[in-house]
Amino acid sequence: MDLVTPGIGLIFWTGLIFTILLLVLTKFAWKPINKMISSRNQSIEDALNMAEKAREEMKSLQAGNEKIMAEARVERDNLMREAREIKDQIVAQAKQEAMAEVEKIKKSAAMEIAAQKSAAMDEIKNQVLDLSVLVAEKVLRRELKTKADNESLVDDLLKDVKFN
Amino acid sequence: MKHILYLISLCSVLCFSNIVMASDAKENEGEGEKFNVIELIMHHIKDAHQWHILDYKKDNGEEVVVSIPLPVIVVYKGQFDVFMSSEFEHGHKIVEKGDNKYALYDEKIYMADTDGQLRFEEKEGENVVLNEMPLDFSITKNVFAMIIVSLFIVLIFVSVAKAYKKNPGRPRGLQSVMEPLILFVKDEIVYPNLGKKTDKFLPYLLTVFFFIFFNNLFGIIPFFPGGANVTGNIAVTMTLALFTFFAINLNGNKHYWKHTLWMPGVPVFVKPILAVVEIMGMIVKPVALTIRLFANITAGHIIILSLVSLIFIFESFTMSPVSVLFVLFMNCLELLVAFLQAYIFTMLSSLFISMAVEEHH
Repeated sequence: MDLVTPGIGLIFWTGLIFTILLLVLTKFAWKPINKMISSRNQSIEDALNMAEKAREEMKSLQAGNEKIMAEARVERDNLMREAREIKDQIVAQAKQEAMAEVEKIKKSAAMEIAAQKSAAMDEIKNQVLDLSVLVAEKVLRRELKTKADNESLVDDLLKDVKFN
Repeated sequence: MKHILYLISLCSVLCFSNIVMASDAKENEGEGEKFNVIELIMHHIKDAHQWHILDYKKDNGEEVVVSIPLPVIVVYKGQFDVFMSSEFEHGHKIVEKGDNKYALYDEKIYMADTDGQLRFEEKEGENVVLNEMPLDFSITKNVFAMIIVSLFIVLIFVSVAKAYKKNPGRPRGLQSVMEPLILFVKDEIVYPNLGKKTDKFLPYLLTVFFFIFFNNLFGIIPFFPGGANVTGNIAVTMTLALFTFFAINLNGNKHYWKHTLWMPGVPVFVKPILAVVEIMGMIVKPVALTIRLFANITAGHIIILSLVSLIFIFESFTMSPVSVLFVLFMNCLELLVAFLQAYIFTMLSSLFISMAVEEHH
């Protein structure tokens, strides 16, 4: 029975000690500890939010990059196309010019050839003339002997004279 | 109480010479007197006016008691007396202060008759003292243990609070040991019950949790400054339960009182009956808290002491390994119980408070 009879003194002291403990701990321990823990929780949450925001920014930045890249690609394609066109133009023009030049050269060459040809003909004519004169002279010198002689003489002469 | 520290040290050290000494001591105590287990255990689990450490007998048979005397504060017929319990000389002497004669019997203070004697009456095989008792506000063993534990708690948590100021980000050392406990109480016990009102009741519930927890732990330590059966004392658990009772009823909202006194939604003739039941429930809640904590902790102490006493009941050295193993097992169990009871008390307190302050829509 003794065991389950609460003593007044112990009730009093327990109440007093517990009240003091409650007040002291509330003021010097629980309040600062809870404040610190909740402020730490807040800072962790802030950090997480910031990381989330940064990730989103990264994403939008990446999207921007891709857009710029696509634009650059289009630009490059355009440039390439233009360059190709210009190249084709230049090549075509060069070809034309070359053709014209060739024509010109051909024409002048033909003229030259013709001139050369006529000159050569003139020279041949002159030489034939000279030769005929020479042959005639030689023939004339021996003509008076025989006809046969004449003929052999002409043959000989003709043998000697060879056109180039 | 008399032998307990002695016995536990015997048991844990398992030293043969100690066993011999113990049996010697017993022989000297009185021929034919059996080793009284019940007396020893009751002595330990009850409160005392001195903190007993050990006693032994000198070669000449003189008994020497080593104990810490504690202050006695008594009030009788308007007279207020303060003196050290050592003046009783362990119950052998009457202390006279003015007209009052105080006698210590079985760790209780009585007003002795003018001749300095106590009157006894045999009742159910027990000696019952008929003398009056003064109002006893002494710093008893339990009060002293409670003060030590409270100082210990303050020391721990104030230093933890300081550590938070120094490095709030990453807890280390003692701070990292205590933080999970504080957060356990906050997030697992209090918040699920009280929700938004957590901050208001958290200081009380944290204090009650750590007060019970540390007192339980100190109770398991077999020697000074532990060993006092603080949370196994019904006065202590009753006071704690009263704090919860006031926390419930001083904060109860209109809804709570309406449901207690005039239950809505039932026929009028049932309302008074339910009011009686509800008021009984109001009282039963703290009573249940009181008895649960008291009975659990006291039972633990009784089991451990009984197991230690086995050695002395069997008067056999061979019993000691068995006893040691059982006590070891029980001590581990008591560590769990120390935590569990603190948890249950806090849990139920927050549950009862939440039922009283709950908002209804």
